[in-house]
Amino acid sequence: MATLLRLATAGSVDDGKSTLVGRLLYDSKSVLADQMEAVERVSTDRGLGTADLALLTDGLRSEREQGITIDVAYRYFATPKRSFILADCPGHVQYTRNTVTGASTADCVVLLVDVRHGLQEQTQRHLAVASLLRVPHVVVVVNKIDLVDFDEETYERVSSDVLESARSLGLYDVATIPVSALEGDNVVERSSRTPWYDGQSLLEHLEKLSPIGEPHSEPLRFPVQLVIRPQQAAGEEFRDYRGYAGQVASGLVRVGDPITVQPSGRTSTVVGIDTADGELASAFAPQSVTLRLADDIDISRGDLIVTSRSVPPVTQDIDGTIAWLAERPLVPGAKVLLKHGTKTVQAMVKAISGKLDLDDARLLPAESLALNDIGHVNLRLASPIPAEEYLHSRSTGAFLLIDPQEGSTLAAGMVGDALLDTKAEVEAVAGTTVLA
Amino acid sequence: MTLTDYRLTQLQWLESEAIHIIREVIAEFDRPVLLFSGGKDSIVMLHLAVKAFWPSPVPFPVLHVDTGHNFPEVLAYRDSTVERLGLRLEVSSVQDYIDDGRLRERSDGMRNTLQTQPLLDGITEGKFDAVFGGGRRDEEKARAKERVFSLRDEFGQWDPRNQRPELWNLYNGRHTPGQHVRVFPLSNWTELDVWQYIGQEGIALPELYYAHQREVYERDGMLLAVGPVSMPREGEKVEKRQVRYRTVGDMSCTGAVESDALTVDDVIAEVAATRITERGATRADDRTSEAAMEDRKKEGYF
Ligand SMILES: Nc1nc2c(ncn2[C@@H]2O[C@H](COP(=O)(O)OP(=O)(O)O)[C@@H](O)[C@H]2O)c(=O)[nH]1
Repeated sequence: MATLLRLATAGSVDDGKSTLVGRLLYDSKSVLADQMEAVERVSTDRGLGTADLALLTDGLRSEREQGITIDVAYRYFATPKRSFILADCPGHVQYTRNTVTGASTADCVVLLVDVRHGLQEQTQRHLAVASLLRVPHVVVVVNKIDLVDFDEETYERVSSDVLESARSLGLYDVATIPVSALEGDNVVERSSRTPWYDGQSLLEHLEKLSPIGEPHSEPLRFPVQLVIRPQQAAGEEFRDYRGYAGQVASGLVRVGDPITVQPSGRTSTVVGIDTADGELASAFAPQSVTLRLADDIDISRGDLIVTSRSVPPVTQDIDGTIAWLAERPLVPGAKVLLKHGTKTVQAMVKAISGKLDLDDARLLPAESLALNDIGHVNLRLASPIPAEEYLHSRSTGAFLLIDPQEGSTLAAGMVGDALLDTKAEVEAVAGTTVLA
Repeated sequence: MTLTDYRLTQLQWLESEAIHIIREVIAEFDRPVLLFSGGKDSIVMLHLAVKAFWPSPVPFPVLHVDTGHNFPEVLAYRDSTVERLGLRLEVSSVQDYIDDGRLRERSDGMRNTLQTQPLLDGITEGKFDAVFGGGRRDEEKARAKERVFSLRDEFGQWDPRNQRPELWNLYNGRHTPGQHVRVFPLSNWTELDVWQYIGQEGIALPELYYAHQREVYERDGMLLAVGPVSMPREGEKVEKRQVRYRTVGDMSCTGAVESDALTVDDVIAEVAATRITERGATRADDRTSEAAMEDRKKEGYF
């Protein structure tokens, strides 16, 4: 059974990201003959001796002209074991915007470091973003190992710097791999030129990672997308049919489960889990299903159906961490729309309580947030929502801020003090270790 | 799928994502429409829409931008599908535009690129605010940067440098009057996924997707079918060969590939082994320049 893993790349310009992605596509045989011909043709036109695999991923004309990548691009490759969706996030212009976007859906961030330069400020920022967005796995590709003659010591030094920085940001599932993206060492096959490295190749590693989410251990969260009521339209059999359509955001739902609807607090029992292919006895994240309930209670789009065993409280006041993605700065008093699950409510930015210094994950005082800043804000909502800490739920702790006039997406938001909580957690963990 | 491992297969995951996207559109837009050409991607998309609203019928019409250069079996498929599902079909016809002079036939006779204006007019006249397209990001380099919800201005233009960031599965469909949003529920599917899904779901396709005997001739390395709009030029030798189509479009510039794939399983095996992209194999209009697709998308093409 083929499963899917979602990846996001990160790295500074010239660390070799395009080359690595090209190499992954090429070596996993995801590059087809005509694409390769095009790359060879352009490489020859430019007077290059060998095909430049980085060209495989240059999408837009302006990118080719400037020799840079501007926007997140999505790539697809597969091995017999697994398929991958890779969000290829450019490193320089708008790196926060791109990396936050890629990381928001990623099971794993693939972060590149040039072995000659080691841990850079930019590397720490990318690690901070991965931590902030709670990406479950990180793999750090220590690239250009050929340029240091496959030297173990150099690699170990970079690797331990990276791991230390990652740990200080609360990232534990982090692997490092010595790689030459250009020559293919440890990308798909383990390289004989790094005999001192006994880990896996990048692709082997990615094939074995477990994807996000353990539905059975999380409480049910089911944002209602729409109410399905065919009335006359589907024949007599379905005249009284009423189902709540949505995608399970977290957890597991079984027929017979007691549920509560938020924000109303009304309760009922699941009597049916429908799909077009027939009824199910249970469903789990991220399945799209339609729930039928025992009682005819008032439920509409924007409501959240949750297990009655764990009901999130509703609130009109949210403390959140946001990545500001708009040109125009955010100032206190701004009126925005907040989209959370399937619900959109008006919101006011009551205060900006600080701005994160990504280089050392400290909170600095701030009066406004500029493009690509990450900061803490207090929001007041026009109506209550069941918001949960992003730390505990990536699916129900996330929100967008939207410009009410233009409709543009202003910010990616996470309920709670995402990064500071991480630090507190780290200290707690460190504390226990000392005691033990 | 067993309940002990709580993992979706790749196809289940993709299906669930697409259904979620389609439902979001119905919930947040006033007048959606689905672009339906009778090609396999639009057929899969419509199949997903049927599933998304079950047991209710599909709550939006379909729009066909008709080049007038159709494969007859594809038109027949379109009509029978629309009838079976009780859908309303809108047609924007390139032929009408040529007949009344709003568009001029190109010297090479290819009409895929002439679809943009009728498409945009069809959207405006129907006052559609959301337009489902079957585009996939694996098809072409410019498409790799396309969003699932892609905002278009009054002129239908795609501005690749000014796209909304798309985070988690929180899609932002806000738009102002005159703007519309193109929605691509199959964004994350590959050609192989589409075929495997067709196999899994037992979806019927127009017969020309499977190997059959056809009179063809070779032009620019492509096999073109003999038909009223695609006659061989002097020196182009017509032969009967066993072929199938990987995409269907303007008959005059959509090439066939030689194939023995008679069933969906044969096609899956062929696609899995094939070394040429779908568009590269069969679309003359995309080979013209490195940025052909990007330019057309910017102007408002699918
Ligand atoms: N020697 C060596 N050069 C590399 C390696 N990976 C990338 N490069 C080179 O580094 C430069 C930048 O690579 P590129 O992939 O464009 O970097 P990006 O900006 O991160 O996408 C190019 O000249 C590559 O050929 C590697 O593993 N070894």
